[in-house]
Amino acid sequence: MTPENLIWVAMLLPLVAIALVFIVGEKSPNIRESCTIGISVALFWVTTRLAGFVFSGGRPTFKLGEMLPGFEIAFTVEPLGMLFALVASGLWILTTIYAIGYMRGHHEKNQTRFYACFASAIFAALAAAFAANLFTLFVAYELMTISTYPLVTHHGDEKAKKGGRIYLGILLSTSVAFFMLAIAWTWTVAGTLEFTPGGILAQPNIDGKISDFQLSVLLGLFAFGIGKAAIMPFHRWLPAAMVAPTPVSALLHAVAVVKVGVFSILKVSIYIFGIDLISETRLGEGANPVMMSDWLCYLAGATILIASLVAMTKDNLKARLAYSTVSQLAYITLGAALATSDSVIGGGMHIAMHAVGKITLFFCAGAIYVGAHKTNISDMRGLGRAMPLTMGAFLLATLSIIGLPPGGGAWSKWFLALGTVQTGHFWLLAALMVSSLLNIAYLIPIPIRAFMTPIGETPMKFKEAPMMCVVPLCITAVGSVVLFFFGNEIYDVLLPIASSAR
Amino acid sequence: MTEILGLYNYWIVIFLMMTGFYIVIARENLIKTIIGLNIFQTSVFLLYITMGKVTHGTAPILKASHGGESHGVEHGVEHGAEHGHELHAAAEGHVDLGVDAVKEVYSNPIPSVLMLTAIVVGIATTALALALVVRIREEYGTIEEDEILEMDRNS
Amino acid sequence: MIEQLPVLVIVIPLMAAPLFVLIGNRKLVLLLTQLVCWTVFGITVSLLSRMQYGPISYELGGWPSPYGIVYSVDYLSAFVMLFVSGLAAIVITYAPKSIDQEVHHSKHSLFYASYLLCMTGLLGMCITGDLFNVFVFLEISSLSSYALISLGKTRRAPLAALHYLIIGTVGATFFLIGIGLLYQMTGTLNMADIASRLQAVESSRTMLVAFAFMTVGLFIKMAVFPLHTWLPNAYTYAPSVVTCFIAATATKVSVYAFIRLIYVIFTPQFAFERLPLDQALMAFSLVGIFVASTAAIYQTNIKRLLAYSSVAQIGYMLLGISMSNVGGLTAGISHMFNHALIKGGLFMVVGCFALRIGSLKLEDLRGAGKTMPLTSFAWVVGGLGLIGVPMTAGFVSKWLLLTSALSLELWPVAVLMLLSSLLAVVYIWRVVEILYFSPASHLAQTAKEAPMAMLIPTYIVIGSTIVFGCWTVYSAGIAQAAAKSLLGISQAGGIQ
Repeated sequence: MTPENLIWVAMLLPLVAIALVFIVGEKSPNIRESCTIGISVALFWVTTRLAGFVFSGGRPTFKLGEMLPGFEIAFTVEPLGMLFALVASGLWILTTIYAIGYMRGHHEKNQTRFYACFASAIFAALAAAFAANLFTLFVAYELMTISTYPLVTHHGDEKAKKGGRIYLGILLSTSVAFFMLAIAWTWTVAGTLEFTPGGILAQPNIDGKISDFQLSVLLGLFAFGIGKAAIMPFHRWLPAAMVAPTPVSALLHAVAVVKVGVFSILKVSIYIFGIDLISETRLGEGANPVMMSDWLCYLAGATILIASLVAMTKDNLKARLAYSTVSQLAYITLGAALATSDSVIGGGMHIAMHAVGKITLFFCAGAIYVGAHKTNISDMRGLGRAMPLTMGAFLLATLSIIGLPPGGGAWSKWFLALGTVQTGHFWLLAALMVSSLLNIAYLIPIPIRAFMTPIGETPMKFKEAPMMCVVPLCITAVGSVVLFFFGNEIYDVLLPIASSAR
Repeated sequence: MTEILGLYNYWIVIFLMMTGFYIVIARENLIKTIIGLNIFQTSVFLLYITMGKVTHGTAPILKASHGGESHGVEHGVEHGAEHGHELHAAAEGHVDLGVDAVKEVYSNPIPSVLMLTAIVVGIATTALALALVVRIREEYGTIEEDEILEMDRNS
Repeated sequence: MIEQLPVLVIVIPLMAAPLFVLIGNRKLVLLLTQLVCWTVFGITVSLLSRMQYGPISYELGGWPSPYGIVYSVDYLSAFVMLFVSGLAAIVITYAPKSIDQEVHHSKHSLFYASYLLCMTGLLGMCITGDLFNVFVFLEISSLSSYALISLGKTRRAPLAALHYLIIGTVGATFFLIGIGLLYQMTGTLNMADIASRLQAVESSRTMLVAFAFMTVGLFIKMAVFPLHTWLPNAYTYAPSVVTCFIAATATKVSVYAFIRLIYVIFTPQFAFERLPLDQALMAFSLVGIFVASTAAIYQTNIKRLLAYSSVAQIGYMLLGISMSNVGGLTAGISHMFNHALIKGGLFMVVGCFALRIGSLKLEDLRGAGKTMPLTSFAWVVGGLGLIGVPMTAGFVSKWLLLTSALSLELWPVAVLMLLSSLLAVVYIWRVVEILYFSPASHLAQTAKEAPMAMLIPTYIVIGSTIVFGCWTVYSAGIAQAAAKSLLGISQAGGIQ
């Protein structure tokens, strides 16, 4: 198959999954789930094939047609999007397997709807990853919001309703009020929305269609409009969405939804603004003009620290992980805002590293809930002996999130730190260091407490969750370590995105 | 002074229009409202009909000398259009133009014809409105609007 | 036969209506009404497909223009007629079960006759090129819609109809006064002829008065805020089927007449440069959007909620029209179409609820998502369209409006428009939460899913909002062609 065909095949597969899931329905859950797994494996295979082409320099393009006069739905695969698609499709397999164990272990209702919405979220993630222009990205972004709403409110009770309200309210209103406006503005000044290496806004800036200050405002509209990146103060939806079943939190809030957010921010800064434009545009007069994205850098830095501090206060494991995610997402936004070649590569890398690490942690949280019915960290004393695999995986993934070798996160944080040094933001370097310490403080005690408890206090009545739950989390935990040894390869793969075409 | 008196037809129209409109707005009794609506419409009939009148004009009945049938009607309409202009000139207080230049002067029949249609529409409206009032009266036992609203609020 | 198509659109339903009253057998009349509606729809489709060869002009009774009445079909009128007749056809297909329940059997044939007359009036307003004829058709559609509304089940229906009648007649009479003054100044009733003669008399005060009377008259029929007071009651107490049809089409046709008034009879220069109507329109639209959307949030009756939403949506159309460039006009015209589909579909959903639950109070709809899953899901999809989520028809018009506002650098308009669409999220999602997340009310608990005869037409309309959200060649594309021809920009060979 040509790479062009692979693109539409990849995006068609989740849609086929939706259709199959609905056709089979509640009648035979086994067939329904094997359909999902089969298709997710096929999808992963297709994306790896496609990755082969893209990483060796190909840029396959697939045009679907005009949705509106002058606005096209088109897909072009470049390394950053390819990496994201690989992560999303790879983790879809594991999450599906995990979800089977979890959902059955819990006797959840409406499982057909669950798997269908799941597949449509993957579809939206792929569409966003492959989007060739901002318009397509926006459509995929909104599709993601809508298709995940039923997942977030899966339980259908009062708590789910409140969580869903915050989720939809923040994501929809930021995207409509800021993101859409920013896209339309970009279109008005640049005349195109195509993702172009080197950006499309440099020329209008030279022509005087948009001033330096307006560029900064536009960047702000994008940064806040892409609410899924969870920059404070628009981060509340993420903890609110934790009312969802754990597999949803795992895939959507470690991989699909939040990563679409930060991915969009990276795309905008690299292909719409162009990192040269961001780093060279200075605001203010006098001896010390500031970078136009400086305010965003500091806001991201503040989000990193504040979210970590909030995470420390949370006793509920999922809530703690949620705030940890908010903090980790801000790393990627920071990478985009620093706009050096190392920082954007670091940001791109962190999409993969954090995804694998955080999904492991969520899997563990779910496995603990299924196996021991515990949600609060203070109750997890001694669980390590009862659930050694789960807690071991938790420890490995923790290393990656903190950024310690041999966790994959070490590399991405290293490149981000390089970026802060290159632009002279030493306060932000300090923030990164402090945040790593905070990560240690709020994550390490969990496995420590689980393992280092006197034998007498170990509650022996608990055992590991079903294999369907444990195997995926072990795979992802190992994966987060394996990624450490492939850091160099990922760097090479992402290098083209940082070299501007100018 | 002649400017004001010369436009007396418009004063009548405006007076009737405002009277009708006031009744529609101010009356609570549904029947009176409908009567007000009728007066309001009537003023528009007058507006049209008086605008069609050309000074010294007669009824627009064509003599045979004007040629073929269909041609004649076209001609008549053209006259109507022109007289529309003339009427306007007259209304602004100028001297009548071209009355003597044409042998026979016709009033413009079109506005009157239009009003026939409008009157039919008006009758239909009134009939429908009265029918509705009958139904309202059956349901509520009154045709005073404030009483009806009071009943709805309590129910 | 082919060249008679423009007049058949009017003649067929107009002749059928009295005939059906005479027939009187309600089953037969229903069948024939459906037949007539679909035939008319077919004719409008073929009229629109002819537009690529240029506009059609039909001289009624062979009287040459400008003396006789001319029916003229161009992109705009063909497009509006297409969706009016299309929705009329699909709504009447959907109707039987709902009418059975909501209208007394003895009145059925009268009902269908009025329905056809209403459609005739609306189509006539679109097709005619004669100004007085517009008034006549306006009154035909209005009178029949008053009658239709008064057939509602509750005792408030006749009162709502009477209020509408009084306000509507005042509006129509205003329009008539405007026509009279125009005739006085130009001596002709043919729209194109008036336009060509207007330049000579443009600066007189009579023209301003005529324009003002006609504008206000049409504003009343469009239910532009603050002249919208008749609309919520009329929509709420009318039978469900009537609400579907009237909400989807009647106000749009008045918007169409308004577009004609500004862009064909008067000129945008006259309306927007000599008079500051564009700023006034923007202000009215934005205030209307905010006030009506906020009012919709606080409603407890689902029909009234949608009625207020309709008032708000008219504002978006007027915003587009007031921009007087191709982008804005395209947005306005395509929103007429998109909103007709969305609102028609949503009212059809409401009709399903009315049939099975019997109440339209929000508290009685609680938990209906479980007992009526298909109907409730249709509400969600239609609601997303109303909000303007991508891949729905509502997004198309919102996006067009946004880009056109920004290209004119109307920043406050763009920002306010986006913010206002968030209000739609609130009122739509409030119902969604009631349907899905509330414990079932006793009425919803025992409700059955709506019958397929109603669900299928509903899903056709709701589904088309998705289709026209992803594929806009025949919605925004035609709207653009219509906008270009209105603004006198030459077309490069048909659509796209």
